[in-house]
Amino acid sequence: MSRPELQAPPEIYYGDTEAKKYTKNTRNQQIQADMTYRALELLNLPPDQPAFLLDIGCGSDEEGYIWTGVDIAPSMLEVALEREVEGDLFLQDIGQGFGFRPGSFDGAISISVLQWLLNAETSHPTSSPPHRLHRFFTTLHSALRNPSRAVFQFYPSSDDQIQLITSIAQKAGFGGGVVVDYPNSNKARKVFLCLFVGGGGGGQQQIPEGLDGEMVEDGKVRFEKRRERDLRKDKSGKRKSQKVVDRDWILRKKELYRKRGKESVPRDSKFTGRKRKPTF
Amino acid sequence: MVRLITHNLLACHAKGCTSNNFPLQFQNVQIELKEAEFNPTFLETFMPKLEWKALVDSAKEASATISRYILGNTSLPLEQPEMLDEEFLKNLHHVLLEIHVEEGIMICPNCKHNYPISNGIPNMLLAEHEIG
Repeated sequence: MSRPELQAPPEIYYGDTEAKKYTKNTRNQQIQADMTYRALELLNLPPDQPAFLLDIGCGSDEEGYIWTGVDIAPSMLEVALEREVEGDLFLQDIGQGFGFRPGSFDGAISISVLQWLLNAETSHPTSSPPHRLHRFFTTLHSALRNPSRAVFQFYPSSDDQIQLITSIAQKAGFGGGVVVDYPNSNKARKVFLCLFVGGGGGGQQQIPEGLDGEMVEDGKVRFEKRRERDLRKDKSGKRKSQKVVDRDWILRKKELYRKRGKESVPRDSKFTGRKRKPTF
Repeated sequence: MVRLITHNLLACHAKGCTSNNFPLQFQNVQIELKEAEFNPTFLETFMPKLEWKALVDSAKEASATISRYILGNTSLPLEQPEMLDEEFLKNLHHVLLEIHVEEGIMICPNCKHNYPISNGIPNMLLAEHEIG
């Protein structure tokens, strides 16, 4: 199965069946809850102060906070309504930007949403991923209080995507970077984009550490490294499979084309597929 | 489920609509009251963020339903008070967090863009030519 964001736009992909998983499927709920919990931990809110949060993509359910949620999928909003969550909900395309007044929120979290911004649905200039990301990050930056944090869990499919997202976030004025939890595990591995407005809250500008041992230094996805290694091997001369084009193969192909009725297939001669001089 | 606390933060985000785009005006609203947990510390920390005039104004300008609730059941002073006593905070809590707009329209005072509210969820989607 290919990645969800390549199958359909979010408001269609998260139809009734997918949205139902968020109420019926306990495993799904557990994963969502764990990631929400971890995101809140990374948000590093002051413990004694009640906070007003923005939840981007209402897959999550924060207990004990006063919050506002946005989602583009009506079915997901219905699910949120069914669960009788406490916060306000908006039907909104985050790629179109927010209209919240400056400094409205004490923090923002989002669970597996950012990757949805990386696909263009139409050819209109406002539909291009960089434009949508830019609009999203600039309006979000202004909607957050200074200092505060925004934490996004997302599923990047390549290093380039991380690059694109972080560079646009930086242009919008955010500090911070990528935190990778369990970088060595295929299943438990989770990527969090941890962005700071101003000082970042909690008096520290430092990016929090990923769980389980070392952080990936350059924020690269593991399999990207392997692919690079393979590529290097190829360049060093050991090509794995070069097609051997010999006389028999050429004759067979030409015969095939003649059978199919293709015109202007050259006739066979003693020169067909002859060995050529080495080029150097 | 649009509470007045969120309405007080919401400005129009259509293309080129950057001034006089707040507050969005309510029209044809239906209201529901839902009790919420009273949290005085939150209200106190949230007070500086409120646009007081907008809160009272939107209450006044909005349809009779809203103003009846705000001006009838509770009384918010026209000016933001310096001293926060228990009674005032309870009123503020009621106005901000317990009044839910279920149906209606929010209209931008500048570009007249309509944001319809249905089932308590406002539709903030923009058409392609309105995206900034």
